[in-house]
Amino acid sequence: MLSLYGTDFASRLLLGTARYPSPAALAKAVRISRTNIVTVSLRRETAGGGSGGAFFEMIQELGVSVLPNTAGCHSVSEAVLTAKMAREVFRTDWIKLEVIGHHDTLQPDVFALVETARILSGEGFQVFPYTTDDLVVAEKLLEAGCRVLMPWCAPIGSAMGPANQHALRALRAHFPDIPLIVDAGIGRPSHAAVVMELGFDAVLLNTAVAAAADPAAMANAFALAIEAGRQAFRAGMLEPRDMAVPSTPVIGKGVFQ
Amino acid sequence: MKFIVNGEEQDVAATTLHELLSLLDYQGRWLATAVNGELVRSADRVRHRLAEQDRIEILSPMQGG
Repeated sequence: MLSLYGTDFASRLLLGTARYPSPAALAKAVRISRTNIVTVSLRRETAGGGSGGAFFEMIQELGVSVLPNTAGCHSVSEAVLTAKMAREVFRTDWIKLEVIGHHDTLQPDVFALVETARILSGEGFQVFPYTTDDLVVAEKLLEAGCRVLMPWCAPIGSAMGPANQHALRALRAHFPDIPLIVDAGIGRPSHAAVVMELGFDAVLLNTAVAAAADPAAMANAFALAIEAGRQAFRAGMLEPRDMAVPSTPVIGKGVFQ
Repeated sequence: MKFIVNGEEQDVAATTLHELLSLLDYQGRWLATAVNGELVRSADRVRHRLAEQDRIEILSPMQGG
């Protein structure tokens, strides 16, 4: 089971809710993915609107936990206020903490991230920090009170897949007991399988599913890949070798000359 | 009074945040509000008095990654 801040979940796939072709397509993808957790956000409501309420009521009907994010925040104060407003609306202490530091790469501002994580942890939030694969930043986030880490494996929405497996392995090795969720950069199911084979606990996806030609079918493909990667990790994989090794035993082979 | 509501100046005859939401026809229970960068909880809107040029943010759930 995936254990996050004391709650256990059967699925190791966390699914974003943005960029689907329709609400129906989103609902279908969520159901087929078997996910237990979806990410949501907050935006300015229009007067006389109510679209936000309609969206959230649809999510509630899906029977999944919600992980609100602070997407689009670029400063400590912005992220802290957004987190507080998210807690007010979504009634959860969970917060996917994003403090963006660069417009082009959407790379987190890790200095502001650590500072914000410390403030929010002190106010009772359970912080899921979107971070880089930097080991020292990860240590600082844990010191700040985080009990889950969500490193990228490549920039958000890039679909590049795990760009630096060495860094991901180092995180896994250094933090064997901390849930590690790859949060960004996954493009295809094989990418998800790779990070799960590395021993990561879960994968958070959005664009790779939402922007697929058939989001529901892709959600299922990711669910299968994540499960396959997890089972492979637990089964213990063969390490690569430089030379060939015969799979059929040589001893006892017939001699014909 | 004039306020900055979600980034736009609005002239509204409201003295509390609750009145402002009502007069501007913000409906539903899925709203989060902040005034001048501070969260104002739903239960506190009735007694939260507004001042000229207050900056008011009114947010609601939306899709996110």
